[in-house]
Amino acid sequence: MKTLRIGAGAGYSGDRIEPAVELAEQGQLDYLVFECLAERTIALAQQAYLSDPASGFDPLLGERMRRVLPFVGRGADGQRRRLRIITNMGAANPLGAAREVRRLAAELGLPDIKVAAVTGDDVLATLLREPTRQLDNGLSLRALGERLISANAYLGAEGIVQALQADADVIITGRVADPSLFLAPQLFEFGWRSDDWTLLGKGTLIGHLLECAGQISGGYFADPGRKDVHDLHRLGFPLAEIDASGAAVISKVAGSGGRIDRATCTEQLLYEVHDPTAYLTPDVTADFSQTRFDCVAADQVRVHGADGHPRPETLKVSVGYLDGWIGEGQMSYGGPNAVARGRLAQRIVLERLALCGVAHEDIRAELIGISSLHGEALGSQGAAEPWEVRLRVAARCADKQQALRIGNEVETLYTNGPYGGGGASKSVRQVMAVASLQLPRDAVNVQVHLENTP
Amino acid sequence: MSTLTVGELAHSRTGDKGDTSNISIIAYDIDDFPRLAAKLSAERVSACFAELLGADSPPVRRYELPQLGALNFVLPGILRGGVTRSLALDAHGKALGAALLALRLDEG
Repeated sequence: MKTLRIGAGAGYSGDRIEPAVELAEQGQLDYLVFECLAERTIALAQQAYLSDPASGFDPLLGERMRRVLPFVGRGADGQRRRLRIITNMGAANPLGAAREVRRLAAELGLPDIKVAAVTGDDVLATLLREPTRQLDNGLSLRALGERLISANAYLGAEGIVQALQADADVIITGRVADPSLFLAPQLFEFGWRSDDWTLLGKGTLIGHLLECAGQISGGYFADPGRKDVHDLHRLGFPLAEIDASGAAVISKVAGSGGRIDRATCTEQLLYEVHDPTAYLTPDVTADFSQTRFDCVAADQVRVHGADGHPRPETLKVSVGYLDGWIGEGQMSYGGPNAVARGRLAQRIVLERLALCGVAHEDIRAELIGISSLHGEALGSQGAAEPWEVRLRVAARCADKQQALRIGNEVETLYTNGPYGGGGASKSVRQVMAVASLQLPRDAVNVQVHLENTP
Repeated sequence: MSTLTVGELAHSRTGDKGDTSNISIIAYDIDDFPRLAAKLSAERVSACFAELLGADSPPVRRYELPQLGALNFVLPGILRGGVTRSLALDAHGKALGAALLALRLDEG
């Protein structure tokens, strides 16, 4: 029976590169998928693209492709499978990214590699014609005005399947739902119907399990003494071997670090999932609620039990808009009475900001070491006082000059605050907020572009 | 009364979408799942995070996957505006689930 081997080469934009190379080299893969677009990455990329039309795609695209392109294609070095690459590293500029990959391929002496870009996710122009539409947070597009930066619909597997039909070796997209990057090659290779909801649900589960790369193979899991994981410094990224019925075994390259078992798989199954009976993607409403994991060998887990129901009527659109500035300052206190000095410093800064009339929409002051992660009540329950604490004050301001004053006031604790403060730091960043809305499917026009000239 | 904590019986991972967190609680031994499910209600998780959730947050929801020994808690509003606007050090709330591991099973 024909099987398909799909590997995960990245779980986010800045992810490690050599586990992807290991998979390309030793994974006997048909497809290597790089998922690199977080919620606001595309809005930041759009901002970069507006100031430089040669940018707007993933900054690591070149380095990743340089390392894996030599493995793309048929039968090299006794490899029996043809390796193809699918990635959303195109971000705000899939066409520019595809040109860059073609240029790299030519440079590497691989001029026959076919590169395709999938576009249509960028719906900003459409939304600008409909300014009365509302975001899920209640704001209307009109109210955002000039602050509106980007609007990208989550596309499904369809465009990637078309690019595969056009025989592309490397497929570059912008915003595509993460599991759809993995579902597309299953649809294409097995000829599944796009309304066979059960198979689409199964394929989507496999995509969901793989989309965060190392997070299913022992990454983000270790808790020493309770959950030990070997060799996290050379963690192996996962791959799935799938058959036409949607049954799959998740594994990794033998000899790599990490672990794959029921525990790692269950953590990843529920990661970023709300109702497990209704995991919404543009392709299907997947049902993960009856999923089972069976260990069939060391670091090999069989996945089954997923199902699916008809896809949502509308597409989710992620809208990026500028929303003021966040100013932040930090200062550390250590040794006896460090907590009391940190709390005094916290009060002083808040009093100073009030006294000086610094205007902010929201503010937060806390002690790293006690209250920054879980709040004051949970953070204060330990019996012993920490040896050191770090004051952190952050505020969101409409105006950059006001935001700058947050860190400056923390810094003045050096000569005006409690005894023994050290290691001040301050920063200001512009806020790229992201909210969403729903758009009818016919408002989105998916297109595939083959990049044929070096 | 037993001093057994959730973390002795279960592990956890936290995910984020918009301003909502989801926290899984997964029994190491599937036989412990009924105890966990009996003691860890949505109300108890909500009380644990009362300071972070705020009065205006929608209720915490709980989903069960008994065949995997897993509970999934969904906490809308806990990320206070979401990853992109939040002032929190851990804007994703990725460290939240660890707080549940400290809960004593027989309290509350």
